[in-house]
Amino acid sequence: MVRYEQGMPVVDADVHVAVPGIAALYPYLPDHWRDYLVESGVRTLEVNTYPRGCNLSARPEARPDDPSLPPGSTLEQLRTQLLEPWNVQAAIIHCDYGVHLLHNEDLAVAMARALNDWLADEWLSRDPRLHGSMTVCADRPEPAVAEIERLAGRPEFVQLALPVRSPQPYGKRLYWPIYEAAERHGLVVAIYAGGGSGNPITAVGWPSLYLEDYVSFTQAFQAQLLSLVAEGVFLKYPKLNVVFIESGFTWIPSTMWRLDKNWRGLRREVPWLDRLPSETIRERLRVTIQPLNAPAQTLDRVLDHLGGEAMLLFSTDYPHWQFDEPADAWPQALEAASLDRVLRETAIATYGLDRRPRRAAGV
Amino acid sequence: MARAAVSKESRASTPRVSIIDCDIHNAVPGLEALFPYLPERWQRHARTIGVRGRTALARGYDYPKGTVDACRVDAWPASGPPGSDLGLMQRQHLDPLNITIGVLNCLFKVGAQLNHEWEAALAQAVNDWQVAEWLDKEPRLRASIVIPYEHPEAAAQEMRRAARLHRGFVQALILVRTREPLGRPQYRPIFETASELGLPVALHFGAIGGNAVTPCGWPSFYLEEHTGMSLAFQAQLVSLVLEGVFERFSQVKVVLVEGGFAWIPPLLWRMDQHWRRLCGETPYLRLAPSDYVRMNVALTTQPMEEPGDPSHLLDVLEMMAEGPKLMFATDYPHWDFDAPDRAFPVQIPDDVRTRIYETNAREIYRL
Repeated sequence: MVRYEQGMPVVDADVHVAVPGIAALYPYLPDHWRDYLVESGVRTLEVNTYPRGCNLSARPEARPDDPSLPPGSTLEQLRTQLLEPWNVQAAIIHCDYGVHLLHNEDLAVAMARALNDWLADEWLSRDPRLHGSMTVCADRPEPAVAEIERLAGRPEFVQLALPVRSPQPYGKRLYWPIYEAAERHGLVVAIYAGGGSGNPITAVGWPSLYLEDYVSFTQAFQAQLLSLVAEGVFLKYPKLNVVFIESGFTWIPSTMWRLDKNWRGLRREVPWLDRLPSETIRERLRVTIQPLNAPAQTLDRVLDHLGGEAMLLFSTDYPHWQFDEPADAWPQALEAASLDRVLRETAIATYGLDRRPRRAAGV
Repeated sequence: MARAAVSKESRASTPRVSIIDCDIHNAVPGLEALFPYLPERWQRHARTIGVRGRTALARGYDYPKGTVDACRVDAWPASGPPGSDLGLMQRQHLDPLNITIGVLNCLFKVGAQLNHEWEAALAQAVNDWQVAEWLDKEPRLRASIVIPYEHPEAAAQEMRRAARLHRGFVQALILVRTREPLGRPQYRPIFETASELGLPVALHFGAIGGNAVTPCGWPSFYLEEHTGMSLAFQAQLVSLVLEGVFERFSQVKVVLVEGGFAWIPPLLWRMDQHWRRLCGETPYLRLAPSDYVRMNVALTTQPMEEPGDPSHLLDVLEMMAEGPKLMFATDYPHWDFDAPDRAFPVQIPDDVRTRIYETNAREIYRL
């Protein structure tokens, strides 16, 4: 058995970068909105998914020396702490800044646009290993599609990232124009641990603790998976790739079992589903591996239940502190034959990294 | 709906065990049936306003079920809804399936009422009706105390009253989709009283608590609503454990009814892992989250887990070998009923079988 060792070339499918301060976006905003932010005293749109001081939010070494900066806000640190030691050939980066949480649609759309332009200028164009996630305001499908069209010609963007906590489940038809555009342009639709400000994180209301919130993200991922499958998104858009980011994956087998069983009993309600939901899920869903969410000795059972490693994408979830030693980043239960697939090949195929002219040499 | 992967021979060779069915539904045939147990004021209320909860439909379901009222088509008595006729329940269920003890969970909409006083009156009436129409008539039956759980002081009072009223009441019943997570402090009187009385608290599939049924809003289909019910169970378990209910009331048992169980191992792994990183937020927890679940929680088996490869169910049972406990249930008379001899899609070891079909329930309910 060949074990993973730090230094083997990887594609990291879950890397978080942060806006150092709202002023960083000013150059990308029309005057009207820049003035509006200043005059209204909008100092930050930092989200509370990762409280600054909390130890899950950043590995100890990833805390910037300047305490006014959020973790993950400098390219230099990303290079020295992640890209180089981990031999990252390609990193899929994402910036969760709360632009989609604003209720003013015009402002939200302008901010999403600014965030994307900032990401392209400050990160993607400065290091060819970095591949970007677009932020779109999914609940406003028309401007979301317009933003996809605006950026679609730029190969440095490989996916759009939607927060898992949404006002409506993502299988709903209002979102379909977004999937149509993503499929047409070969963009992955990623759903990441984040979002909020609408429905509580549980079906029974708001819990008290941050720990409950974080643990409960898997409930939102389960709901989104049920919705995407039941509404037929995977069948309607057969070339669309969906990636769950920072979702954990050990909950997937039991969800598939329950969904398969209920599909047998209730499929009259969803006649377009012409095969077992688990077949579709195994074929079309990809998930990043961190957090692992299983003790090392049970991972082989979980992988067996999952149907192997084909769904898994290597990730570190940098700068979040999910594991201590680099070796812990990897499910040791995986066989040597799976190593290349999980470390690189599945991600290259999912994101079409080998087809993107700008990156062809990098991977 | 259970699909048996074992052969007829191996089924036949399964030793005949005494069966405790931890989820049978008795149904109130209609509000009028409760009038003998309701004060005049609330009879008037029943006739004028009636039941009124957090859904705008006067009756029926905003997620239409797979069958009428989600019941087996063969379980309708000559008059009234399935589960309303003790005779039929005896002939169709208790006698032929050799049920030694059955626990009734009456799902009449008590906890979902917006008017708290009405809710409390209704709970009393339903419990009195259960004593007169069920517990006094059939010694094999036990029942759950229905409580106005969104009004915890009144719920605690009703738990005390009903527990004194009849020894056949073995637990208090909450429908799992509550207004807020049950670990929140306002629900404490329920667990405090449960602890005092030595009564387990059951959380059963169902209800509209006023929140969207998923963290991502309302899905379109009953397929999703039914499959996603385990989300509410997961949320309640996380809340009860992490907000310290089992630390505060270490003797309290919580029984999760009709929520599935294969999601338990991965949820415990996840809770433990993130708690280790974030335990600074919960200094009152002296044990790892999974320890509380193993000691204080039991789950019923129906609707059975049916992995594509039935042997994976054995893995799940092995992962749960140290707890939480599993207890057999049929969910009679509902459409997704599990028959005792066909529920498990794979042969399970005899000792595990005996625990699931009988001894775990005897311990939890002190039968």
